[in-house]
Amino acid sequence: MTDIATPAAPLPDNSSPEMQGRSLFQLALIRFRRNRAAMAGCVMLVLIALFSFLGPHFVSHSYDEVFPSYVTIPPSLEPRPDASSLQGVMESIASRARVDLKEFAVEGETFTVTFTSDKPIDPRTTRYVDRANEFGDATIVATEDDGRTVKMSGAVDREYFPFGTDGNGRDLLVRVMLGGQISIAVGVLASLVSLGIGVLYGATSGYIGGRVDNVMMRLIEILYSLPFVFLVVVLVVFFGRSFILIFLVIGAVEWLDMARIVRGQTLALKRREFVSAAQALGLTDWQIIRRHIIPNTIGPVIVFVTVVVPKVILLESFLSFLGLGVQAPLTSWGALIAEGANNIQSAPWLLIFPAIFFVLTLFSLNFAGDGLRDALDPKDR
Amino acid sequence: MFSFVLRRLASAVPTLFIVVTISFFLMRFAPGGPFNLERPLPPQTMANLMATYQLDKPIWTQYGTYITNAVTGDFGPSYIYKDNTVAQLIGKGLPYSLELGFYALILALFGGVLAGTIAALRQNSLLDFAIMSVSTVGVTVPNFVVGPVLTLVFAITLSWLPAGGWGDGSLRFLILPMIALALPQLAVFARLTRGSMIEALHTDHIRTARAYGLPARTVVVTHAMRAAMLPVVSYLAPCAAALLTGSAVVETIFTIPGVGRYFVLGAINRDYTLVMGTVILVAIFVIVFNLLVDILYGLLDPRVRHD
Repeated sequence: MTDIATPAAPLPDNSSPEMQGRSLFQLALIRFRRNRAAMAGCVMLVLIALFSFLGPHFVSHSYDEVFPSYVTIPPSLEPRPDASSLQGVMESIASRARVDLKEFAVEGETFTVTFTSDKPIDPRTTRYVDRANEFGDATIVATEDDGRTVKMSGAVDREYFPFGTDGNGRDLLVRVMLGGQISIAVGVLASLVSLGIGVLYGATSGYIGGRVDNVMMRLIEILYSLPFVFLVVVLVVFFGRSFILIFLVIGAVEWLDMARIVRGQTLALKRREFVSAAQALGLTDWQIIRRHIIPNTIGPVIVFVTVVVPKVILLESFLSFLGLGVQAPLTSWGALIAEGANNIQSAPWLLIFPAIFFVLTLFSLNFAGDGLRDALDPKDR
Repeated sequence: MFSFVLRRLASAVPTLFIVVTISFFLMRFAPGGPFNLERPLPPQTMANLMATYQLDKPIWTQYGTYITNAVTGDFGPSYIYKDNTVAQLIGKGLPYSLELGFYALILALFGGVLAGTIAALRQNSLLDFAIMSVSTVGVTVPNFVVGPVLTLVFAITLSWLPAGGWGDGSLRFLILPMIALALPQLAVFARLTRGSMIEALHTDHIRTARAYGLPARTVVVTHAMRAAMLPVVSYLAPCAAALLTGSAVVETIFTIPGVGRYFVLGAINRDYTLVMGTVILVAIFVIVFNLLVDILYGLLDPRVRHD
C-alpha cells in the first residue's frame, strides 16, 4: 500500500497506453466511487462542512449577538418583524420615552412617526427608537409646536431567522454553524491526536517485540479496564474546560484500538523483505519504523479513523450534554442539543435543527467509512 | 475450567489495583478540592474539615489509608452527600440501575440478534436495507436525543406513559428509559449479528446441514446461530457492564435515582471518595463480565480451550 504515498507519476514508456496499470489505491478509488451510499455520504459531509465553515460569512448575525426583541421565536422564512406588530412596538417605545404617539406609518423599508408631548421633546429621543431591534437610523425630519411635536423617519430593520432564535435571542442558524465548526474540529483534531499516539505506540510495540511489546500491550489491557468515559469526565472537570483540552483528552483516550490495529499490522510487516533489506542497510529501529513500517500501515488506519471521528463527535456531544463541553457563548452541536432537550416542549426547533445536522453528519461518516472499508478490503478484489 | 476462573480472578486483583491507583492520583493532582466553594470557607473551618476527612495528611498516607479501608469494604464517607457513606449511596442507587439496565440488555440482545438474523437471511432485500438503515440511525442518534424525543411523543403529546421518575417501579415507568438505553446497543447487536450470520451461512457445515435436508429453522437456529454468536458474545461484556452500571444521561433525562449520575455529580463536586467508589464499581463489572464472556465463549466454541 505504499502507492498511496507516491503521487501518480507518469508511467514509463515501456507500458503501452491501453495497458495502463492500476495501483491498489486507484483500484480502491474506483470501487469507492461505485459505492453510491458512500459517495452520497462524502458529498453530504462536504456540504455540511461548507455550511458550517463558510456559512457564517453569508449571515449578517454573529453567534453571540443577542436580539432582545426576538427571544425564542419559531423558525420562519418571513422577515422579522412582521408589519402588524410594529405599531405595538412603537407604542411601547413612546411610553418608555414618555411621549405620546400621534402618527405611525410604515412604507416598505422605512417608517415615519410623530411624537407629541406637553413639554419640548429632547432630540435624543431618537435613541429610544434606535435601541429597539426593529428600527434603526431614526432621524428627526421636522420639529413643530416649539419642539413639542417631533417627526422622525428611519429604516425598519428586517431580520431573517430561518432557524428561529434561542432563549437568549441569538440566531439559531449561526449557532448551528458555529456548533458544526466546533464539533467537526474536535472530531478531526481528536482523531488526529489518537492517530498520532496510536500509530507510534502500536508500531513501536510491534516492531521491537519481545519484552517491550509484552509490557506495552499489558499497559493497554490495563487502560482498557479503566472506565474511560469516566476518565474523560474526571480529566475535563478537574483540568478545566478549554477547547484544546477537550480534544486532547478525547484523543488521549481513543488511541487504544488504533494502537492494537497498528501493532497487528506491524507484526505482519516486519517479516517482509523490505524490512530485512532496511535492516541489512544498517538503518536504526526508529528509522525503519518511521520510513517503512508506519507508511505501510496507512490503509487500515485510514479506515479506522472514519470510525473514530463519529465516536469522538459523539463523546464531545456527551460531554457538552453534561455541561462539561465548550463554554458559552461558544457552542457545539452537543451543547445545542442539550439546550434543545431542556426546552423541547416550548421550543422544539432548538432540538430539531442541531439534531438534524448532527445525525446527518454521523450518518454520512458511517456510510463513507463503510464504503472506505469495503474499498480497501483486500478480500473483495 | 475451575482453575481458569480462579486464575482469571487472581489476575483481576492487580488490574483493579492499578485502576484504583491511577484514578486516585489523577484526581488528587488536579486543582480544586471538595470544599473549595464559590465563597471560600473561613480558614479555621477549612482546616477542621480537612482534618475530619484526613485530607491534610500527606498524599501517600491518604492513599495507604484508602487502599486498606477499601480492601475491607469501607469506601469512606461522601464529602458532598453528608451523612452518607459511598457504600450506602451506591447501595441505594445500584438496584435501580441494575433493574433498568437488565431490561435494556435483554431488549438490546434479543431485539438486535433477531433483527440481525432476519436481515442476514434476507440479505440485500428491501427488509435487509430497512433494518440496516434503522440500525445505522440507532448507532448515530445519541440517547440524549432519543430520550427527549420519546418523552415528547409518548409522554407529553400522547400521554401514554409517564415522562420520568421511578414511580412504583412498574413497567410503565421503565419503558421509555429502557428504550432510550437499549436502542444504540440494539443497533450494534443487529449489525454484528448480520455480519457474522452472513459469514456463518456460507460455511461448509451449514451447506452440509442443508444438504441433509434439515429444516431451515433448525439450520439457522441450532447450527448457524452458534457460530454467528461469537462476535455478539464478545461485545456483550462491555455492553452489559455499561448498561448495568447506569447511564448518566438516561438517568438525568428520566430522573431515575440510579448510580449512573453519581459519577458525574461526584466528579463535578470533587467528591473524591464517591468518584473512586463508582470507578471501582464499574471496573468490577467490566472484569466480571469479561470473565463470564470468556467462559461463555468456551461453551459456544469448543475450539477455545481454557488451560
